[in-house]
Amino acid sequence: MPTLANYLLASGILFAIGLGGVMLRRSIIIIFMGLEIMLNAANLSLIAFSRYGLVDGHQIFDAQVLVFFIITVAAAEVAVGLAIIVSLYRARQTTHVEDIDTLKF
Amino acid sequence: MLLASYWFFSTLTIAFGATAILLRNPVSCAMSLAVCFISLAALFISLDATLIGIMQILVYAGAVMVLFLFIIMLLDLRMEKSRRLNFGATLGGGLVIAAFLSMLTKVILSDPEFAKPLPPLAASAPDNVRMIGMTLFHSYALPFEAIGVLLLSATVGVIVLSRRTLR
Repeated sequence: MPTLANYLLASGILFAIGLGGVMLRRSIIIIFMGLEIMLNAANLSLIAFSRYGLVDGHQIFDAQVLVFFIITVAAAEVAVGLAIIVSLYRARQTTHVEDIDTLKF
Repeated sequence: MLLASYWFFSTLTIAFGATAILLRNPVSCAMSLAVCFISLAALFISLDATLIGIMQILVYAGAVMVLFLFIIMLLDLRMEKSRRLNFGATLGGGLVIAAFLSMLTKVILSDPEFAKPLPPLAASAPDNVRMIGMTLFHSYALPFEAIGVLLLSATVGVIVLSRRTLR
């Protein structure tokens, strides 16, 4: 039987992968994929806690409802973010973060 | 059986998550991200969260990945040109990730509460979908409506953003 620590470690490694994508890659699309991976890692640990914290053998479903809300908000976030990337590409013809340095000190 | 499926799907999730970040062609990144999400859905289903697993496949592996592929096609993104690496930033990022991972591992392995095996569900446990619906519409009815408003405003925002000229 897998333990709670197994699932939490998998979730932590997945979060670190997403964080690495956000910090080390320089293509906006890949950075965005890293954000999605981080959201999903958080969802995995929520689901694992919800399965392990039983009361008299019954699950509490609040965590799964929270995951439902996270998935919905993430879908809206992807739609808005990709629309911003498209209009950025129209203005600058690039998706590379180092070419967009107007606000850089 | 459950342990074997845990190792199989968590390895698959982490491996394809890593390739999604490491590959240089954006289409291969999107495809490996889709495999990562599908195996994550299998992990959810192995944790008795059937509805969330199905939603993960429908929303993430379906809608979100199609949106990503559509944007990659629309912008006609090719293989990313390799540029000179900024060594300071790469080293700093690597250090932050290593520190995060080692701290998390230490915390998770130190607590004996986390080493419990999977407790069995009660035999009379009610249906997963039914209980999520009850919780959603009893305790979380107002957030549910707020999410509806959020989705509507996101839709309107996307339409405004993707018009050719902003007035």
